[in-house]
Amino acid sequence: MTISEMMNIGLMQGFAGLSLFAVLLLMGLGLAIIFGQMGVINMAHGEFMTIGAYTIYLTSTLAATHAPGLVKYYFPFAIVAAFGFAFVAGWLVEWGLIRHLYKRPLDTLLATWGISLAIQQMFRTFIGPKEVSPTLPDWLLGSWAPSPGLDIPINGMFVLGLTALVTAGVLVALHRSRWGLRVRATVANRVMANATGIDTRKTDRLTFAIGCGIAGIAGAAFTTIGSTGPTSGSLYIVDAFLVVTFGGAASLMGTVVSAFGIAQTQSISEFFLHGSMAKVLTLSLIVVILMVRPQGLFASKVRR
Amino acid sequence: MNDQFDANDPSVPAAVRRRRMLQALGALSLGGLPAWSGAQPTAAVNTTKLAVTDKEVIVGQLHSSTGTMAISESGSIQAEQLAIDQINDMGGILGRKIKVIREDGASDWPTFAEKSKKLLINDRCAAVFGCWTSASRKAVLPVFEKENGLLYYPTFYEGLEQSKNVIYTGQEATQQILYSLDWAQKEKKAKTFFLIGSDYIWPRTSMKIARKHIENFQKGKVVGEEYYPLGSTNFGSLMNKIKVQKPDCIYAAVVGGSNVAFYKALKAAGITGDKQLLVTLAVTEDEMTGVGGENFAGFYSSMKYFQSLDNDNNKKFVAAFKAKYGPNSVIGDVTQAGYLGPWLWKAAVEKAKSFDVDKVVAASPGIELKQAPEGYVKLDANHHLWSKSRIAMGMPDASFKVVSESPNLIKPDPFPKGYQ
Repeated sequence: MTISEMMNIGLMQGFAGLSLFAVLLLMGLGLAIIFGQMGVINMAHGEFMTIGAYTIYLTSTLAATHAPGLVKYYFPFAIVAAFGFAFVAGWLVEWGLIRHLYKRPLDTLLATWGISLAIQQMFRTFIGPKEVSPTLPDWLLGSWAPSPGLDIPINGMFVLGLTALVTAGVLVALHRSRWGLRVRATVANRVMANATGIDTRKTDRLTFAIGCGIAGIAGAAFTTIGSTGPTSGSLYIVDAFLVVTFGGAASLMGTVVSAFGIAQTQSISEFFLHGSMAKVLTLSLIVVILMVRPQGLFASKVRR
Repeated sequence: MNDQFDANDPSVPAAVRRRRMLQALGALSLGGLPAWSGAQPTAAVNTTKLAVTDKEVIVGQLHSSTGTMAISESGSIQAEQLAIDQINDMGGILGRKIKVIREDGASDWPTFAEKSKKLLINDRCAAVFGCWTSASRKAVLPVFEKENGLLYYPTFYEGLEQSKNVIYTGQEATQQILYSLDWAQKEKKAKTFFLIGSDYIWPRTSMKIARKHIENFQKGKVVGEEYYPLGSTNFGSLMNKIKVQKPDCIYAAVVGGSNVAFYKALKAAGITGDKQLLVTLAVTEDEMTGVGGENFAGFYSSMKYFQSLDNDNNKKFVAAFKAKYGPNSVIGDVTQAGYLGPWLWKAAVEKAKSFDVDKVVAASPGIELKQAPEGYVKLDANHHLWSKSRIAMGMPDASFKVVSESPNLIKPDPFPKGYQ
């Protein structure tokens, strides 16, 4: 093996870690808002992602059957639609269920788990039990090869770019917008926020729906990597909670750092160890660190 | 025993009532009355109190129609039902129509065991067609052996099992593996192999056999062996490992949802069919709908059956299947193996002239099917099928083109010597 080949492998391995980081971050972002900021243990997070993924599938089927010429362009619009559907679903769930449970955070665990089962069964009944994957536009397939022997996955770059966009959007919105101000005020002290005239119920509903919408975007992005089935969500939920808990529940930066740490550890250990062993190593490391630092990497300084 | 027979006595459970009715019917025909259907009297063909009357025989179907396995098992359910319908249209078995009781194993192995007890003890099914994963088969096996039931199992699997009470209609590991490895070596000059599988019993056992064959019989080299958790979608590092090793042949047994992610990752890493030889043990037409033809084009799959097989039996089968389940339905290897079950059972029952499990089992070895869609098959004394193995290339439109076929039927060898 020559030096340039080793360079190429090193570059591609670095990118593999980066794209896993993007996947984990995108998974955790919506949950970081709902679980981290609002304290709702949303077990149906994976299902909101699946709603996004199915939106992509349905749009691609529509495009392929009714307007084959549009197959090239549908993807960005489908992502917006995925956000929309998941947002509306989140809005309804908050209105119908979650708002009654803010004072009983542990009960949200059971309630949202029930919702996740119900949504899974709806997918099975109305869309079908088979796993599907949408017809992707050609520009999302294959690899970008700047030099021979160096292949950078295009879908990986796409997910990376989308994650950067969404993360930046969330950070800006949370720290620069009126909504962000209201959310931070509500999180810090609900009663006082209410007293200053902030409609905390409306803020809660909007925040929950935005978290779900971001989950929808994540699900949409993952159709470029894997398949979608009624139970796909249950594959994501553990990793999503892992990222958020490890990062420190109330901190968005913590989520970013934790996703990066987990992704790099797993990706590098996977290269030198076997696939299943790499997972064991990563999880054991997280367990040890959480034992030393139960509050996660970035602790919130808010007094509760 | 209660001599008074009252079919409407509500205090007696339905199953017991049914059993008593069967006994009463048996007594009637023993009493010299002519059998209604003109076929053999029920008492003669059913001495073990199975659910057989003069008009019908009850069989069970035990698959997952809900849960994560529903995607795979729905094809088997459909094919078994198709075969049973066709047999009924021909007049049934020994003059009796087949009636199906369908139970849902719900992708949960204890549920499979529970439901198999119901089918054998309460319903007294003469035969059961079912199971898909090895885990579900292992869960029901003790029940079938204790209650002396008869199970027709359709999936290709890891071997290392043989039961009096099970007929295996899919291929066992050596039939599927050895032929494809020899093909890769002879036709494609492959000397180095990279083995990749999902992390559970079937891929691990299959890869163990593959490694022995490559190292001891082909004098080739295994340059990598990797297992990933079921459902894993993260194959980035694996792609780089493959690039470091540059194997002549990637030999894969990645299953389920991971399958899609695996082939998408290969495509995204620039490892495509025109540059790299890949043979898989786990992609049938069913998986192709999810994987997508564009991701699998140029790779090879090793199975005993492909929907595109060009013979008259298969054309009839495909036409009947599509007529019943819609023009977009696809038929994979296991679906076809499921279709064989009812036909094998019919042949054995007719040879034994009895529905009794012991007699059907005794009559089973040597049973031949000339009308099987995969072509002629016969049942070995070890309860597995002699069948041909085939290699097919994936096409961009998600179909398969058969490129190689074993010249003769391959003998099933569930306990291969030198491979353990």
